Amino acid sequence: MAKKIHNQVVRIDASGVFHRDLNTRLRELVTNGTRKIELLNLYGQRYIGTDLAKPVEIEIFGTPGNDLGAFMDGPKIIIRGNAQDGCGNTMNEGEIVVHGHAGDILGFSARGGKIFVREDVGYRAGIHMKEYGDKKPVVVIGGTAQDFLGEYMAGGILILLGLELSDGVRHRANFIGTGMHGGVIYLRGAVEDYQLGKEVGVAQLEEKDYKILQKFVGEFASHFGYDAGEILRHKFIKLFPLWLRPYGRLYSY
Amino acid sequence: MMKTYLSPKFLVERDPERCIQCQVCVNQCSFDAHYYDAEDDEVRSREENCVGCQRCAVFCPTQALTIRENPSDYRQNYNWRPEVIEDIIKQAETGGVLLTGMGSDKGYRIYWDHLVLNASQVTNPSIDPLREPMELTTYLGRKPDRVEIEPNSPSLKTELAPQVKIEVPVMFAAMSYGAVSLNVHQSLARAATEMGTLWNTGEGGLHPKLYEYGSNTIVQVASGRFGVHPDYLDVAQVIEIKIGQGAKPGIGGHLPGEKVSAEVSVTRMIPQGTDALSPAPQHDIYSIEDLAQLVYALKEATNYTKPVSVKIAAVHNSAAIASGMVRAGADIIVLDGLRGATGAAPKVIRDNVGIPIEMALASVDSRLRQEGIRNQASIVVSGGIRNSGDVAKAIALGADAVYIGTAALVALGCTLCQQCHTGKCAWGICTTDLALTKRVNPDIGARRLANLLRGWSLELKDMLGGMGVNALESLRGNRLHLRGVGLTDTELEILGVRMAGG
Repeated sequence: MAKKIHNQVVRIDASGVFHRDLNTRLRELVTNGTRKIELLNLYGQRYIGTDLAKPVEIEIFGTPGNDLGAFMDGPKIIIRGNAQDGCGNTMNEGEIVVHGHAGDILGFSARGGKIFVREDVGYRAGIHMKEYGDKKPVVVIGGTAQDFLGEYMAGGILILLGLELSDGVRHRANFIGTGMHGGVIYLRGAVEDYQLGKEVGVAQLEEKDYKILQKFVGEFASHFGYDAGEILRHKFIKLFPLWLRPYGRLYSY
Repeated sequence: MMKTYLSPKFLVERDPERCIQCQVCVNQCSFDAHYYDAEDDEVRSREENCVGCQRCAVFCPTQALTIRENPSDYRQNYNWRPEVIEDIIKQAETGGVLLTGMGSDKGYRIYWDHLVLNASQVTNPSIDPLREPMELTTYLGRKPDRVEIEPNSPSLKTELAPQVKIEVPVMFAAMSYGAVSLNVHQSLARAATEMGTLWNTGEGGLHPKLYEYGSNTIVQVASGRFGVHPDYLDVAQVIEIKIGQGAKPGIGGHLPGEKVSAEVSVTRMIPQGTDALSPAPQHDIYSIEDLAQLVYALKEATNYTKPVSVKIAAVHNSAAIASGMVRAGADIIVLDGLRGATGAAPKVIRDNVGIPIEMALASVDSRLRQEGIRNQASIVVSGGIRNSGDVAKAIALGADAVYIGTAALVALGCTLCQQCHTGKCAWGICTTDLALTKRVNPDIGARRLANLLRGWSLELKDMLGGMGVNALESLRGNRLHLRGVGLTDTELEILGVRMAGG
């Protein structure tokens, strides 16, 4: 079985290929039943993984462009490098594993799927993530994040691990969870109260939270070769929305 | 509780000779302005609750009811008008942002009423549309800079961008499910299908029942990304990125949790009862380059099979912004003017932000022509299109088509009582309360809407014939068919039309 899958790997040298042509090629391959694709020498081409509604695995060597996996519905993408802005934008289903950093608005408005980032992420990661029915997006970030992490968050699970923070060094993000009205953020590493948005509360973890962490930190650790037990030994805090309707009292009539 | 200093806006006059105590008014009023006093066996009014929507008066079987504005008034004051005083009272009593519904009711100049159309006399013949074919068909989408034809064959060599054909240049504007009811969506979808035009889902997703009308559907992708998923994008004829709305340029929207019913939750794809918050900006768009990125993300997501439209509110720099939108790859640009309506907006924004659609349209069309890129996108305008005369003038000013929202709702029964934001619409239009939504019957709703479009089509053909042209294409952007009345030189210059008589 493994051999058969191996035989189906298609390698594409993406150097100098326009994104539209590259994505057309990916669409053809996936339609024809290819289940594993390796993209070599990717250099900023956008929208990789969009409009491929079949279970395909794409491994990227190089640097994909913005909106990787935008509106994605099923594929698994592994990036041996950094992801840019808009990675997982409005994603419905699928998995993105980034062996490096990711840019701004990681997982913007995602409704489902999983994103794992080994290092740091830019501004507004997890902004307006949602959940619906059996769909619940999960974002796990190994490093730290810039401001407005989890802004407007309406659902899903956002885990920030801060693995590279030395003792006594705080996470970078301010305004964490501003406007949050759903979902949960688990945070490992130091943050001061002033770094949190007005709409989030802080809670200690309960048994069910540890179960969630074990599952997703476990997946994170296996993707990047960490010891999950070691990560989980440290203290986590849980951020939750104080109100489901943060702006309900703004209006008179 | 504080006593309110507001006096009733309307008087409910019940003719005792005619009233038969049948309580139809009690049942019809969703604002509790009528009640039945069992002790006295009499129907009475709570006038302070009346919003003037006329539902009771229309449905009273004996025409016993007259609803009219309360003539009692404050001392006359040009500056401190009753509305100004009442708004202050409301805020003093509640301490919040004043919300309202529908479009601005303020007296900004309506330029449509200062523009007049031409007709043929003597020097060229007018055409009788009853006996000669008249063409209203419009194709929306990016047009090529030039076309090449295959030698010795009638087929095109040039590859065209996706084009969408509409039989009448009037489409139904974006009104989201949640703001309006499913029956309203269904009425719009069916009327659009019957008349060969398009309706727009708004930003609340598309109900599974309505997927069958996909080929007449424009789906919206807005800042909240509600209900946006691959099937939704695939089923549509056009995808519209909503940047702004004429009634509330620059701000987002909050659909309150109580309007997110089980059914609304299905299309928005969020849990029932949670607020649907649409942030003010789309957080992946901070520039024209970012807009291009989303435009092409959507094109990639649908394999370049359908036009992507971008809708903005008409604001001061619309012309420059529109140029950027076209260069960002928008196949259709939509301008929504100052008088554009809404299901809920802060009153201060609705009434004070944005510019009239006529000015925005004229300046955008002129700018795109000057830059030689007018062919690259269709222009659709909305925000206060009231009749076929406005449509004809908009086409002559440079629009490819128009959207109607308010006019469509009026066809369904709306009387512009401006209570959309309360979710209590007595006409069953702007509400998700199932007891009220059934007041719009989709069979009748679709009929009324299709009738309206049919009427406007006939009138448009009449006007075209009068001008001596037999296709809408000959009127499009042809401002020589317009003249201004009672306008200043500056207004005429921006509109690009000459003064009547000149």
